[in-house]
Amino acid sequence: MMRSIRTGARLPELTYRVWKVWRRDFDVFMKTWKVNFFPSLFEPVFYLVALGFGLGGFVQEIDGLPYVQFIAPALVAISVMNSSFFECTYGSFVRMYYQKTFDGIIATPINIEEVVAGELLWGATRSLISSTIVLGVVGAFGLMSSPLFILIPPIAFFGGLMFSSIGMCFTAIAPNIDFFNYPAFLFVTPMFLLGNTFFPLSSFPKVLQTLANAVLPLVHQVALTRGLMLGDIESSLLLSMIWTSAVTLFFFILSIDLMKRRLIK
Amino acid sequence: MPEVVIRAEGLTKKYADFLAVDGIDFEVFKGECCGFLGPNGAGKTTTVKMIQCVLPVTSGSLTVAGMSVSEKPREIKKMIGVAPQEENLDEEFTVMMNLLVYARYFDIPRHEALGRAEDLLKFSQLEEKRNVVIDKLSTGMKRRLILARALVNDPQILLLDEPTTGLDPQARHLIWGKIRSLRKQGVTVILTTHYMDEASELCDRTLIMDYGKIIEEGKPSDLVRKHVGEEVLEVDFDVEVMKTLKEKFPEARLETAGDRIRLFTAEPHGVFESFIKDFPTKGATIRNANLEDVFLKLTGRQLRE
Repeated sequence: MMRSIRTGARLPELTYRVWKVWRRDFDVFMKTWKVNFFPSLFEPVFYLVALGFGLGGFVQEIDGLPYVQFIAPALVAISVMNSSFFECTYGSFVRMYYQKTFDGIIATPINIEEVVAGELLWGATRSLISSTIVLGVVGAFGLMSSPLFILIPPIAFFGGLMFSSIGMCFTAIAPNIDFFNYPAFLFVTPMFLLGNTFFPLSSFPKVLQTLANAVLPLVHQVALTRGLMLGDIESSLLLSMIWTSAVTLFFFILSIDLMKRRLIK
Repeated sequence: MPEVVIRAEGLTKKYADFLAVDGIDFEVFKGECCGFLGPNGAGKTTTVKMIQCVLPVTSGSLTVAGMSVSEKPREIKKMIGVAPQEENLDEEFTVMMNLLVYARYFDIPRHEALGRAEDLLKFSQLEEKRNVVIDKLSTGMKRRLILARALVNDPQILLLDEPTTGLDPQARHLIWGKIRSLRKQGVTVILTTHYMDEASELCDRTLIMDYGKIIEEGKPSDLVRKHVGEEVLEVDFDVEVMKTLKEKFPEARLETAGDRIRLFTAEPHGVFESFIKDFPTKGATIRNANLEDVFLKLTGRQLRE
């Protein structure tokens, strides 16, 4: 095993077996695909109708965009955040703590790092699936104006990997399942409401804008999705890409290490 | 000399605030059934988890089939089957799917896994339950499925951590039968249990652990003879009875606990018969000495938790 700094996180030892863990979660998902599919289909419809068309009728254009077009990409990005974050917090915690699924898997040639990495990739896959559904709904409402939208699913997968990894860090330190109220209400909900989603970040003072860009992952996910959906490519998107990649890599390694410390004592 | 498949030397597992396994030495031989006994917290499960390569060893050495657990965990895990204490089946899947998904973890090709799962369903008498979701199984069926799942990789070594805890006698005897038939096929079995009858029934050899150390080891029948003797007389506590017993059997070990007097003798069967006749109303019973007597003698009657 490779070691970095003595006290720091260690690079995980990963093989193709990661996909066997992913496949297990996928098979469970397919057992209950109806429950998984329909809610994620209808939720964006309600948001678009209520906020986009309903509330949007009272709202002026934002950067020359009708309100509904402004929030449509945000809805895609929010589904990226929600599905992977909740999959790798509540979902993974249930598998780890209540169902003892991880104990079962590590009794086979698969190691704990691979189990966690498989969970993270599965979380990213959940993001890909649900955001693609939202994207379809947005498309059905005729709100996509650029062929670049085709790049949104891969971006959703990588964004999903970022939120999975962040969520998994909380799972690694959660003493019980109620603990997830903290990140859900203090991290996910504020981003949902304030993260460049339902009104532009430019409404904030400059300081807060800089802060939001520095620490809120959703801000970058929204920026990337909005840029691709509207075909509005700016150099700041490159920064968002770099920011997302770096944060994903950091939390991917950290979450696996924290989980290993929790489970292998 | 039989071939050694597992060897521990000075095996130690230390946590920040306590020593779970305290420098133990032991060997497990090919094809035997070796039982780890001990009160809760004695270090049995910790030892088993080190053998299955999921808990790192603090110090000492532990080899399985000549391979060190810290160097070749994947190779060792491939040849081991584990039936854990806690039920960890995939709840969302059917019985069949549980076996197939587990086979996938071992890189067993699909067509081969299907054949093996069929055999295991038959072996564990779960053929009719193949398409039933785990939720709908009884505790006994779940235990059988856990045993079947542990066999999916055709292991040479089987680790059973309390395989029959919480089962009714019918289900226990069924599991015992399965374990015996596996032994006949040459599988090495390592068993932890709190049931002394289970250990006597199944184990060629038992290791008794307490406070992280192995305090005794041997064949169950030898241990009984060595530590307890042949027969035990049990009778409700009574001062007069106590006096009589001491006079009549001065060389026998006498123990009082929980309002009962227990008298252990190494003499041949029949020595207590006359006594029973003199005290017909005291509800005295004579029984064979057993492994539970050994266990309680060596580890005491005090509760551990």
